[in-house]
Amino acid sequence: MIKAILIFNNHGKPRLSKFYEHYSEDTEQQIIRETFHLVSKRDENVCNFLEGGMLIGGSENKLIYRHYATLYFVFCVDSSESGLGILDLIQVFVETLDKCFENVCELDLIFHVDKVHNILAEMVMGGMVLETNMNEIITQVDAQNKMEKSEAGIAGAPARAVSAVKNMNLPEMPRNINIGDISIKVPNLPSFK
Amino acid sequence: MALKIVKGSIDRMFDKNLQDLVRGIRNHKEDEAKYISTCIDEIKQELKQDNIAVKANAVCKLTYLQMLGYDVSWAAFNIVEVMSSSKFTYKRIGYLAASQCFHESTDVIMLTTNQIRKDLSSPNQYDTGVALTGLSCFVTPDLARDLANDIMTLMSHTKPYIRKKAVLIMYKVFLKYPESLRPAFPRLKEKLEDPDPGVQSAAVNVICELARRNPKNYLSLAPLFFKLMTSSTNNWVLIKIIKLFGALTPLEPRLGKKLIEPLTNLIHSTSAMSLLYECVNTVIAVLISLSSGMPNHSASIQVSFSRHAHTFSLKYLGLLAMSKILKTHPKSVQSHKDLILQCLDDKDESIRLRALDLLYGMVSKKNLMEIVKKLMLHVDKAEGTTYRDELLTKIIDICSQSNYQYISILVELTRLEGTRHGHLIASQMLDVAIRVKAIRAFAVAQMATLLDNAHLLTGNTQRNGICEVLYAAAWICGEFSEHLEEPMATLEAMLRPKVATLPGHIQAVYVQNAAKLFATVLRGQEGAPADSTVAQETSQLLIDRLPLFVQSSNLEVQERASCILQLVKYIQKLQQKDVEVAEEVTALFAGELNPVAPKAQKKVPVPEGLDLDVWINEPPSGSESEDEGRKSKGKAVFAKDESRHTKPRYTEVDEKELAKRREVRKAEQANNPFYIKASPSSQKVYQDGVGVEHIPVVQIDLSVPLKVPGMPMSDQYVKLEEERRERNKADKKKKKDKKKREKGEKGRRRRGDSGPESEEDITPAHMVDIVTEEMPESRDNHIRSDPDL
Repeated sequence: MIKAILIFNNHGKPRLSKFYEHYSEDTEQQIIRETFHLVSKRDENVCNFLEGGMLIGGSENKLIYRHYATLYFVFCVDSSESGLGILDLIQVFVETLDKCFENVCELDLIFHVDKVHNILAEMVMGGMVLETNMNEIITQVDAQNKMEKSEAGIAGAPARAVSAVKNMNLPEMPRNINIGDISIKVPNLPSFK
Repeated sequence: MALKIVKGSIDRMFDKNLQDLVRGIRNHKEDEAKYISTCIDEIKQELKQDNIAVKANAVCKLTYLQMLGYDVSWAAFNIVEVMSSSKFTYKRIGYLAASQCFHESTDVIMLTTNQIRKDLSSPNQYDTGVALTGLSCFVTPDLARDLANDIMTLMSHTKPYIRKKAVLIMYKVFLKYPESLRPAFPRLKEKLEDPDPGVQSAAVNVICELARRNPKNYLSLAPLFFKLMTSSTNNWVLIKIIKLFGALTPLEPRLGKKLIEPLTNLIHSTSAMSLLYECVNTVIAVLISLSSGMPNHSASIQVSFSRHAHTFSLKYLGLLAMSKILKTHPKSVQSHKDLILQCLDDKDESIRLRALDLLYGMVSKKNLMEIVKKLMLHVDKAEGTTYRDELLTKIIDICSQSNYQYISILVELTRLEGTRHGHLIASQMLDVAIRVKAIRAFAVAQMATLLDNAHLLTGNTQRNGICEVLYAAAWICGEFSEHLEEPMATLEAMLRPKVATLPGHIQAVYVQNAAKLFATVLRGQEGAPADSTVAQETSQLLIDRLPLFVQSSNLEVQERASCILQLVKYIQKLQQKDVEVAEEVTALFAGELNPVAPKAQKKVPVPEGLDLDVWINEPPSGSESEDEGRKSKGKAVFAKDESRHTKPRYTEVDEKELAKRREVRKAEQANNPFYIKASPSSQKVYQDGVGVEHIPVVQIDLSVPLKVPGMPMSDQYVKLEEERRERNKADKKKKKDKKKREKGEKGRRRRGDSGPESEEDITPAHMVDIVTEEMPESRDNHIRSDPDL
């Protein structure tokens, strides 16, 4: 079972936090800080498995992480999950994000965390892996996006126009385009069917 | 009406949505908290609106703030409202917020039951889907009980999307409401053969999780899983099934045998590393449980596996697997020793630590030296203190099992800086030098060099620093000084002014052992005739150097230095009169100190005729009978009671005896001219009150420190009081007791104190050679009649 999924940047700021067990907000923040601490100390070419920190189950739980440019994707799992399998799952997750956001970068995650949650919900449910096939996941996500669009319909027009205007904030635009590209290096991993 | 809508839209235009919130927070980096609290106020206003879209927007923003660590439980009811929206978009927002912050003690959860039930039966599959996903995060026992049936029905839904989610959530439902397992289980089993791979995978997942908790109950499913394993191509499913078999095999050995064949096939055929690893892991587990040997088989798998280990994660997992094999098939791991030693060179610290653990388990007499040599090389290269310290501890552990070359290794270790194990090294050095007679000469030579090079070590004065080793070095040189080649040089090394920079306890040992060395030196020098000047020079040397220590701020150092200084001055006077003093000086330090095992006391056989339970002297009161064949010499002041023929023991004495004893003692004290009478006031205390127990116990208000002259601490005063009471009680017992306590206090002196009074002198005559446990040589009955016993 997966205990938690965390995404944070190189400075430890959380970009997504999903806990599958209940903790108070303070504990959650502590866990994020502790995990960041453990993971950021790691060298680039060491193995991606860590013993869990004290707060989140200690030695029974493993932290499995991947570092992509400015972001760390950390899955905290217990012993029923295969470590290497989870690594592959992280890869699938990132590739899915890439497909859904079109060349995803950190800013996409910052401004559209709700969309990221929706994508994640198609992959992991209640701490258990739901779907690992990227195409299947994307199909479902697209379908739901379509539903959302159709519901917004005409009534959404003014709101959409307004957000479009807001998004046209010129000084901000360069930031939205250039900075913080996550280059998804697709390694030669066997395809995950 | 239309106006309202337009107005509403215009209002909505000015609401912040999630992106605005995020942007705002990023723009307010300095006063983020203030900005966020403004936003929260706005959100509260929005939540008061009727418009569900506005509420949904607000809840969406709240979810983001929850991620930043803000408590949003006050909005729970609003979240439920949003969950009950008819629009999928808002519903989704509501369920997401609920999954992030609802938990068992959220009281509004009760309100969600019906809503969830409605959503579960919605014609829109995504409504159902989103409800299931959200529920999986906040399901409570009540919700589980109420909704179990609905979810079970969904397991047979037409859409595989729903079936998949329903099957997966059943696990959570089982966790919260275990009674639901029995009715649901048959359906779950059916799902194992569902045409849709996703549903099948979910079913496997759930059953594997259940089986991990309770393997016995799922043994019957083994054949079914077997079929799945051979037919499925989905790696996740295979991994789960193989893991499950790994858990089942210990219970069913026949299963293990059948597994090996398909597993080996998989190993050779698959290209997925994750699957490969799981297969190997399970094969190992199977082989271990079979314990029918087949080490060759496992070894071959290991080799083929390790060759694949070009990624670090795999190396790590491979090492983990090998350490599992190590427990049952150590020989097969031995052959991979070289591979493991290579892993020590790895850049990754976790891999190095694992390899170290493995090596430690693999050590045997033959490969000990080789391994230790390799480890020493690593200690040199190793940066990063945790790994180094681990290395050191392991080296010490390994070597303490065999004494070869131990001392030289220890000395080499001390040359390294920056470790915390000075204390450990020191104690090990002492241990080995004392116990292993054969290497004492070598040890002493090494220690002398160490002392000479002490300037290298005096830089590090942390508590546990390497300078602790000097403690051991000095002691060894002093105690076994007869083995020293150049005692004079070592003596000088010990007394260098730089020594004064060492911690106090080390200086104390230096001083004491300098004295011992002095004795040896004198002996050596006075042997040669017409060399009295040299001997006098030695004394002068000490007299010159010791004053530095006399001025030390450490009490112990001061004491010892001044004692020894006086002694040396006296010796010098004797030397000036040409008196041979060496013999007497040596006599100061005579007697071997041997280590004593903690249970030694018990093993000391009682010599015949000595009954430990009998009073040595006649007790003051005549109530104990002494007809144990010993002459009673006591002056029986009072007539004996009806003689009890029971064996005298340390039994509870009752009130009458207490009173009698007290009277007798007082009478004795009155008669005794040398007894210093206590002041009349304290005597009154004895005379009043019937016994110690009746002295009123008054709660001393210890918040105000009591000023007792000579005793600065108030709790020491309490301790004193207790001790005094105890002494009162003990006074009524034999003197033997008091002596024992005094001895205990004496015995707490430093180990380096080589006075002949130490407690440890129970086996004087026998040298303890290399022994694993020191026991008194009871079979030889060489127990000196120790007066202190």
